[in-house]
Amino acid sequence: MSTTVSSPRPGTPRHAGAPDNPAAMSAKPVSWKTPVLLAAFALIALVFFGFLAPNRNASFGISTGEDFFQLPALDINAFAGGIVLSALLVGLAAYSIYLKTKGRPAPGWLTVTFIVLFVAAFLIWVVGGARTPSISLAGLIAGSVTLAVPLVFGSLSGVLCERVGVVNIAIEGQLLGGAFTAAIVASMTQNPFIGLLAAAVAGALVSMVLALFSIKYLVNQIIVGVVLNVLVSGVTGFLFSTVMQEDSDRYNSPPGLDAIEIPVLSSIPIIGPILFRQTLVGYLMYIAVLVVWVGLFKTRWGLRVRAVGEHPQAADTLGINVNATRFWNVTLGGAVAGIGGSFFTLVAIDSFTKEISGGRGFIALAALIFGRWNPIGAFFAALLFGFADNLQSIVTIIGTPVPSQFMAMLPYLVTVLAVAGLVGKSRGPAASGIPYVKG
Amino acid sequence: MSDKHPPKHADGGHGTTPSGRHHHTTPAEEETAAVVSVDTAGGAMEPSAVPATAQSGQLPGGPDTLLRRIFTGSGMVSVLAVLLALIIGGLLIASTDQRVATTAGYFLARPTDFLAAVWDAATRSYIALFQGSVFNPRGNSVAAQFAPFMETLTIATPLITAGLGVALAFRAGLFNIGAQGQIIVAGIFAAWVGFALHLPFGLHLLLVLVAGIAGGALWGGLVGVLKARTGAHEVILTIMFNYIALYFLRYLLNTPAFQRPGESNPISPILDPTAVYPQILGTQYRLHLGFILAIAATVLVWWLLNRSTVGFEFRAVGANPKAAQTAGINVSRSTILVMAIAGGLAGMSGVAQVAGTEKVLTDGVAATYGFDAITVALLGRSTPWGTFAAGLLFGAFRAGAVQMQIQTGTPIDIVLVVQSLIVLFIAAPPLVRAIFGMNPRRKKPARAAKSRQAATTGGAA
Repeated sequence: MSTTVSSPRPGTPRHAGAPDNPAAMSAKPVSWKTPVLLAAFALIALVFFGFLAPNRNASFGISTGEDFFQLPALDINAFAGGIVLSALLVGLAAYSIYLKTKGRPAPGWLTVTFIVLFVAAFLIWVVGGARTPSISLAGLIAGSVTLAVPLVFGSLSGVLCERVGVVNIAIEGQLLGGAFTAAIVASMTQNPFIGLLAAAVAGALVSMVLALFSIKYLVNQIIVGVVLNVLVSGVTGFLFSTVMQEDSDRYNSPPGLDAIEIPVLSSIPIIGPILFRQTLVGYLMYIAVLVVWVGLFKTRWGLRVRAVGEHPQAADTLGINVNATRFWNVTLGGAVAGIGGSFFTLVAIDSFTKEISGGRGFIALAALIFGRWNPIGAFFAALLFGFADNLQSIVTIIGTPVPSQFMAMLPYLVTVLAVAGLVGKSRGPAASGIPYVKG
Repeated sequence: MSDKHPPKHADGGHGTTPSGRHHHTTPAEEETAAVVSVDTAGGAMEPSAVPATAQSGQLPGGPDTLLRRIFTGSGMVSVLAVLLALIIGGLLIASTDQRVATTAGYFLARPTDFLAAVWDAATRSYIALFQGSVFNPRGNSVAAQFAPFMETLTIATPLITAGLGVALAFRAGLFNIGAQGQIIVAGIFAAWVGFALHLPFGLHLLLVLVAGIAGGALWGGLVGVLKARTGAHEVILTIMFNYIALYFLRYLLNTPAFQRPGESNPISPILDPTAVYPQILGTQYRLHLGFILAIAATVLVWWLLNRSTVGFEFRAVGANPKAAQTAGINVSRSTILVMAIAGGLAGMSGVAQVAGTEKVLTDGVAATYGFDAITVALLGRSTPWGTFAAGLLFGAFRAGAVQMQIQTGTPIDIVLVVQSLIVLFIAAPPLVRAIFGMNPRRKKPARAAKSRQAATTGGAA
């Protein structure tokens, strides 16, 4: 999906003074979008999280009972904390405006820091205004990582497919297929590891249909993706109703994957549970992110993949088999998403239900775009969305004035802002979505 | 077909099509164009973004004999695609059937038993599907016998209008995955006018309709604006907007303004009797005025696409935005307008739901109509009447599936399977032809593919 954001499109009102000469387009001026948006959000933070914050303490528990040394809970005055953080936000926004006047774009760290500070200010405000102004920060973060696992796998699948030039709207279907297969195979073999493998195979199969139709039959990739989601939903729903519900002991009671604790390291506060107290799927997530990143940007394979995704003709001229590369990459992506799907039935819930993936494939798609088609970026975007997801349930428990529905809406809103180019530039692989016909 | 003719007018550019050329042609030519356009249902010849690969109905080059056209044409492919999907669905039903499993145990001894069981399992479900959607011979009266068909029409109503919205956007080269969200926002607007305002008969319903269409148009148009202004991809935008609409609806249903007094569930008050569609064939059927409006909408979209300047611009933009831009068409305006109209059409489905079928607003107001609308539009090859027919077919599936589940225990989900398979097969005619062994010319597909590439990339890139 070439969400080309800043290149002028036909019909888009051009920036004042931009010449109509295509050669001059590349040197177009830095957009006002980011500074303006940052300033707007900084003002929101200043008013709501700063001036309108309640004058009481928000308490963040840092240590859990299992840690080997205990840190005291962090008590922050919501009013003071809000003012300080929003002042920092205003400063960052002012800096980006200053850079803009010098004709320079806001650097990446600025946007990232802004997001982190904004989230922190928001958190202090939410907790400070709650009925019970106390949450466990460790639990919040650990929960976010857990919820982010399928999102990370899904967005990695998206990265693998889009980098090679195939739009993958079928992430949802791949997750769902993986979840179903993991449940049924793990139940029948009573072995979660075989279930995990089967989930990868199922995801790959879904992906192969996508690859077959979009590469061989040149069917529009978005159509195939949309239809595949419906197909997988129908097949899994059908088999769930006919097979699984008939004999759920035999077909729908998969043994779960247990968390593997790495001794000593897992007792480090905050970081321990995140990095060293995960299930196999959780560890695989970290490995997959690193492997995909290294693979894409540091190996010959990755260079080829990106060449196919950016300029298939050039890649073809150099002797790369474009369509074969696409086919196998898309298949690999499906396998990755399938593993992510197994998270639902082998880790989160110990049985399959209809539509268990619940639209997370689309959030994964959002994470992919917000992470700018980069595995590491997608990982952090997925974490952010997992955080929003987790915060949504916590907000309901501690009782804050913010409706939980708005928290649930957040990932989608953020994505709209991202694709609309309001949060920096987000551009996908050039040839993504375009079938390649040789000659 | 349009590839064959050189563009007659410079301003038409690449997007000039037989049916669109009537602006500058003689009445006789216009008539021919109209016939061709209806004959091929338009879709087969438009280089629109969507069923681009489904366009191999015409074989490039060489005279087409009538017989070949019938057997290799897009119509035949559609029929075969439906047949193939039904066969695979039947096999899926049979594979989970108890008796099939038993007879499979002694398959080698008596294979006929097994085959009979497979046939029986599949046909039993499909007969129940048919009886639940078209004609039930066991009904007490003629009215009762045709009740399933009326139910089909009722369910088809939102599918048709939402499908038209998706189809219209497709023709302009835009993927409107957002019918779901547009239905929801329309439902919110229409329902609020329906239960919060108390107006006289006639005016109230009109206002409900207008509010719903405006809501859908707003939600769709917003995507159009964002796409036109920032170049963001409409697929991502519409998917995200679907969820934003859903969560917004869920939020509203928990606020005093929308929640029914004294109710703890997220459900709105019932709409005023003055605000709901009248039942057009008496109170024994749920069929309501919305269906007539769906027919009217189909006519309107047909007129818009094939007879109006705006529609011509839409199709030109869909065929080749750059050429359209060069020819002086305002692509931004076109994008915004087409998304707003598409949203308005989907909005009609929202109105049909809250003012016709459900009469209240819940968070399930859109059911899966918005997503089904995509398959409806694809099956209908993005033509107005094709979409209408596809809406009826999928409406029949939906209506019949309920009966099928009651009578034979076959889960409703089988409809999703059949539906998506139909669309997959229709989108890949070479596959269907290969399966039925009727690939007429081996050498041609490559060429066809090449000429199609431009169309495929045109709108989707």
